[in-house]
Amino acid sequence: MTPQLVIFFVLAAVAVLGAASLIFQRHPIHSALSLIVVMVALAGLYLLMGADFVAAVQIIVYGGAIMVLFIFVIMLLNAGIEERTNASRLARFAGVPLTVVLLGILAVAIARSQVASQPAQLADTHKISMQLFTEFVYPFELTSFLILVAILGALVLAQRES
Amino acid sequence: MSSLIHWIASELEAHALLIIVLIKVLLILFIVLTVNAYLTWFERKVVAHMQSRWGPHRVGPHGLLQPLADGAKFLLKEDPTPAGVDRFTYFLAPLMALALSLTSIAIIPFGPRSLYVFGYEIKLQIADLNIGILALFAITALSVYGVALAGWSSNSKYPLLGGLRSSAQMVSYELALTMSVVGVLLMAGSFDLRKIIDQQAAHAQWGIFGWNLWPQILGFVCFGIAAIAETNRVPFDLPEAESELVAGFHTEYASFKFAMFFIAEYTSMITVSALCTIMFFGGWLSPFPASWTFTHYLPSVLLIPFGLWVIWDGIRYETIFGRIVLPGIGTVITALGAALLVFPAANEFIQGPFWLLGKILFFLFVYVWLRGTLPRFRYDQLMSFGWKLLLPVSIANVVITAFILLLRGSK
Repeated sequence: MTPQLVIFFVLAAVAVLGAASLIFQRHPIHSALSLIVVMVALAGLYLLMGADFVAAVQIIVYGGAIMVLFIFVIMLLNAGIEERTNASRLARFAGVPLTVVLLGILAVAIARSQVASQPAQLADTHKISMQLFTEFVYPFELTSFLILVAILGALVLAQRES
Repeated sequence: MSSLIHWIASELEAHALLIIVLIKVLLILFIVLTVNAYLTWFERKVVAHMQSRWGPHRVGPHGLLQPLADGAKFLLKEDPTPAGVDRFTYFLAPLMALALSLTSIAIIPFGPRSLYVFGYEIKLQIADLNIGILALFAITALSVYGVALAGWSSNSKYPLLGGLRSSAQMVSYELALTMSVVGVLLMAGSFDLRKIIDQQAAHAQWGIFGWNLWPQILGFVCFGIAAIAETNRVPFDLPEAESELVAGFHTEYASFKFAMFFIAEYTSMITVSALCTIMFFGGWLSPFPASWTFTHYLPSVLLIPFGLWVIWDGIRYETIFGRIVLPGIGTVITALGAALLVFPAANEFIQGPFWLLGKILFFLFVYVWLRGTLPRFRYDQLMSFGWKLLLPVSIANVVITAFILLLRGSK
């Protein structure tokens, strides 16, 4: 095993355990913390693939900005431990088989695709920005427009309350 | 026996890079923690003199052993855990704050040249990343959690308010902080801190006027203000506003866990000062034109008189301990200054770190100066200032910089 592979498995395990902990934790803050662990582990995986820029952005945007807002809202509402309800009957019976089917489809799709055999293409910042502002300029600008719409929507909702 | 030594030697050679990094990490940790301790002494002394007091002067000559006494006190005090805290998060928060602030030091380059020991290159920097500034911002983005989680997990109203305030404040000012350096990044065309300094060295003949400070004066003002808010210092210390919130987010922390927050705050002050120096004040570049080689004697010219003054001050000191220790320190400083005169190679090597550390010390003084001068912001003032003034100005700076760079057709 090369060191890269060892690091990959450690980070992957951390990510999966974090995701499981996110679901099983009873307190919203603990769930949010687990999600941060997942985000940071993903950033580590990007770093491992040589995508420094994506890793840094992953931590800044997801690990930092977005999760801080989550935690801020949980703190502001002072949300307590979640109450257990009787899970719906549909989920109890269909949940596990559907999960297995989903994982199976994903496994087949990944095994068939050429993703794993290709070296990382979007490694450095320069290449990413060239792609973003030439080939993908319309989706990129449309996304910023989408975010603007979301901000305006939040503003409208906040204004209505007062 | 000889085979054992041979084995150790071969192992050392095989893992030389790892060992060098480990030694550097330990060394930097030791230096940063010591500097932190004396930063508290420096702050208390400077603020005291601004307020016509003496400051600490009981423990050791000029109170120089005060940080040591404080450290011992932090370690030996009782460390109660309040009832009803969320234990895991309560212990995690100070650890996170300290670990993240210490990590950020690793990215700061402290000098342009490398040391060569046994043929191995030793850079004055732990992690030379080509995304240096982004990595720093990533660490800063995570450091909000230390404060926010400390406030929440204490299960007490003042810490909760402090934690809420700080997360809102740090998120708001992080935007302005990030936008204010974009101008510099556009000019340098790189995230690499070394390249940012090299770009400022392009006009070495202009000395101080070649720095990013002048073309990026708007960016510098925004960065300076946002950086103080990011480090939760006066006048932006609302998370711990003691007249309103007891001690804010760390009210329920005692003993060494409190000390960890304290060390984290002072370490991030050092990081931010270093970053400000690198981005806007030319990093390790001299403020004098490069052709003025006689300014290279400045470290000696400053050190020798200072050392002599310490000796002169020491022999007249009131306690016997001081009369022994202070002249000793003075002799060491004088000898250091003289050694730099004797060994020109060492003097050349020390130029970069000398200016970098000098500028960092200047910014640390500014931090203390602000604390001794300004009253605290009101919360609504803080928010409207950050969002309505600082952020638009820093965005305008980005637009203007990009426009001018486009007109000049560089890059």
